[in-house]
Amino acid sequence: MAKQRVMVIGGGLAGLAAAMKLAELEVDVDLMSLTPVKRSHSVCAQGGINSVNAVTRQQGDREWLHLDDTVYGGDFLQHQPPVKEMVEWGPKIIDLMDRLGVPFNRTAEGFRDQRRFGGTLFKRTAFAGATTGQQLLYALDDQVRRWEVAGRVKKYDYWDYLGPILDAGGTCRGCVGQDLVTMEIRAFPCDALIVASGGCGLIYGRSTMSMVCTGSAASRTYQAGAKYGNAEFIQVHPTAIPGADKLRLMSESARGEGGRVWVPRKPQDPRDPKSIPEAERYYFLEERYPKYGNLVPRDIATREIFNVCTVEGLSVERERLAVYLDLTHIPRETLDHKLGGILEIYEKFQGVDPREVPMKIFPAVHYSMGGLWVDYERSASGGLVVGSPRNQRTNLPGLYAIGECDYQYHGANRLGANSLLSCIFSGLIVAPGVQTLLRSLQGGSAADQPSALFESARAKHQAEHDQLLRRTGPGENPYLLHQQLGNVMTKTATVVRHNDALEAAYGEVSELAVRAQRCSLSDSGTWTNQNVVFTKSLLDMFPLAKAILKGARLRDECRGAHFKPAFALPGVDAADPAERRRLAVEWCDRFEVETKRWLKSTIATCLPDGEPELSYEEVDTSLVPPRPRLYGLVGGELIEEVWKQRQAARAAAPEHGNGDAAAKAQPAGARN
Amino acid sequence: MIDTPHDNGHSQPKTFDVRILRQDEPGEASYWERHRLAHEPDMNITSVLQRIAAQAQTADGQKVAPVAYDANCLEEVCGSCTMVINGRTRQGCSALVDKLLAENPGEIEIRPMSKFPVVRDLVVNRRRLFRALEKVQAWNPIDGYYDAGPGPRQSQQDQERAYPLSQCMSCGCCLEACPQYGKVELARRPGESDAAFKARENADYDRSFVGAHAISQTILYNTNPIGKQTAGERLDALMAEGGIQICGNAQNCVVVCPKSIPLTTSIGLAGRATTLRVIKKWFDR
Repeated sequence: MAKQRVMVIGGGLAGLAAAMKLAELEVDVDLMSLTPVKRSHSVCAQGGINSVNAVTRQQGDREWLHLDDTVYGGDFLQHQPPVKEMVEWGPKIIDLMDRLGVPFNRTAEGFRDQRRFGGTLFKRTAFAGATTGQQLLYALDDQVRRWEVAGRVKKYDYWDYLGPILDAGGTCRGCVGQDLVTMEIRAFPCDALIVASGGCGLIYGRSTMSMVCTGSAASRTYQAGAKYGNAEFIQVHPTAIPGADKLRLMSESARGEGGRVWVPRKPQDPRDPKSIPEAERYYFLEERYPKYGNLVPRDIATREIFNVCTVEGLSVERERLAVYLDLTHIPRETLDHKLGGILEIYEKFQGVDPREVPMKIFPAVHYSMGGLWVDYERSASGGLVVGSPRNQRTNLPGLYAIGECDYQYHGANRLGANSLLSCIFSGLIVAPGVQTLLRSLQGGSAADQPSALFESARAKHQAEHDQLLRRTGPGENPYLLHQQLGNVMTKTATVVRHNDALEAAYGEVSELAVRAQRCSLSDSGTWTNQNVVFTKSLLDMFPLAKAILKGARLRDECRGAHFKPAFALPGVDAADPAERRRLAVEWCDRFEVETKRWLKSTIATCLPDGEPELSYEEVDTSLVPPRPRLYGLVGGELIEEVWKQRQAARAAAPEHGNGDAAAKAQPAGARN
Repeated sequence: MIDTPHDNGHSQPKTFDVRILRQDEPGEASYWERHRLAHEPDMNITSVLQRIAAQAQTADGQKVAPVAYDANCLEEVCGSCTMVINGRTRQGCSALVDKLLAENPGEIEIRPMSKFPVVRDLVVNRRRLFRALEKVQAWNPIDGYYDAGPGPRQSQQDQERAYPLSQCMSCGCCLEACPQYGKVELARRPGESDAAFKARENADYDRSFVGAHAISQTILYNTNPIGKQTAGERLDALMAEGGIQICGNAQNCVVVCPKSIPLTTSIGLAGRATTLRVIKKWFDR
């Protein structure tokens, strides 16, 4: 009888954390990656990783508040038990990474230092210079290498995952991969398949994501029958450096360390920015959001920067939209010490020293909150049952998803420095659950399945590949189609969304998908053929692009990163106090109606023709009841007051108000 | 997201040529190929290779397969796109076209790294680099991944010493520039299994020079409060065949390192530590 094995797709933080933990649990692991895992996209994460810590705890912080910040920041669209479990593991995860040798910045006394990130009032973010993701990834990579030497982990670098292998009952029994050097296509039996393939930013053409972030692995899993949740929630990072090949991230930590965002009050003021007096500068985030200042949550910062440039016409340049992100008031040594890495990036790619000259930045597509739908098992205390084989499992038995490619942790908007936490956490939590699954198989192994199951899956992918290679005649250019797809998606499905534009975009994307079927290859070779690999990943972008567009089209509300002006609830602004109060009451009524209608995850199922079929899933908000997200809204304080009075009145009269809450206290409807 | 062209004030040529040393497969002859591209603002070598893939024809109009290359983060933190550009080993993403054309007007020359076997065109096989990290056991030998509280306290000075070493992205620039680091290229024997080939390759890699990057990673872990518990084993690995004794002190590594890692300082420290270890072992006999 063959030994049980687990296949992990992707070696970023999530995949490596899972591989390392599984190895410790004496499970044999195969690790497949498009690139040597040390070069995964996690290296691009700059700012840090969040957890409650000894200092914030004494300032009144606790895990519950980290949960609250995360779900409030995410506009309550994520199930709360997994978030609760994650924030409780947070301090332990950072301790673990510390023991693995991550060079976290230190205080004078030798403790780990923390900085403040968006969407919270506490300094929760541990960091290693401005390359925290790189440092965390290297520590995990080194551990996995240790297991590789021990014979527990086997790596398949430069392999492309082509899809899962499902048996007649729909259980995942393996996957098909392709060697990117020899182009060999091979079936890999496995008893659990863990997809940890990251985000899908390349659907937008240029983004802050790396070249491997095509979303193809998630898309192939989705096309094989896995559900995809909240596709329309795509985070646009407020601050990136525009470039011809990529939009390079300028970390939120630049603002966390005191960076100020501003534009000259005079449109396109030609003066040297440093010579513009304070009074003639418009620090629009600080003025509009006095409480959070430059550290409002990302969706709000993004929208404000976008608006100030487009609607208000205050971009610092006329031809290229940008605002100033200014660090020049901070001492050079502080900047070098705390932000060195990211400032070097700016200097290297723009040829200007950001310690001397304010940076010019603009928003860019950055993170997919949505992803493969995954399950969890809720514990009695409202967290997760550790070791449950349901944790992180997709709707296909034996198939798991972790890290950015799952939809689980960030709801409608992710808080800065929460992604490194969710990636490592989901990798660590999936391992004991998979171990339980393997034990339940009582020694059985996927490799004992009939070989025809694997051979037919392999042959299907081989035939598709061979057919693509034959398309060398005149036809469409995949690289140009990719640019067009990126332009459509960026224009319609990012910061501000309109139904008519989304509908038109769906038509355009459908047309591009048809044209992509006629792609012509400039390389028909059978050795390191990057042309055919790219073309395949392009073809797989369309089903996800459609799920994003359709989800966005049908969601007629504003929630987190999804902003539709036609459905925005305006602030409360009237001179007469009684009228103001009436408006606030009306606002709260409308909010309740909207919440009832839209506080649901969009769940896409892929039809055979690549079209998404959408349904909606209730969200488990049993721990922190949803409340209006009021960062900076006009009249927000009054709305909050009315809201609190209403909640208090309901609590006092349970027979009226608590029906909803009780229903929501049940695990979400889509689970069983 | 919106990136309209802008004039940076300098006059630039309308087109420029890129000469690329190509190779179709391992063991085959390499050949030069010339591509002509329209000049755009803010171009780097990655965008050059993207344009070449999209146009798929040479300067004289011949249809060709796109040039194969490695690239991922495009922010010079992943190490993928290392190649030899205008004679210098560096990352394609951070090599800016206007600067390269200022060095050498009209033409840019790109070659694959010469110390690693070419897979195709600019793609090289750098597995030997990761094997070296296995050899020196570049990891913290912690008990396990269950919660065991925080790691030891560390001074700011110690963190500031460790951090630069920890930024090594295994790109291989230091190896390309090293006169002692020679290419090791094995061909698979007919019928040889994956495992057998890998074992034979590892044996050859282990006999050859580990290189500056691995020596520096040894110092990183040997100075870590947890890692130093197995410092002796790492030093033994550095003293084995292919170890630090091969370093000829040319100091090219530190010059070409894109992350300005103090590689020669690490080599100096490792040299002293290995010598001490030899003496200590001699006395302990």
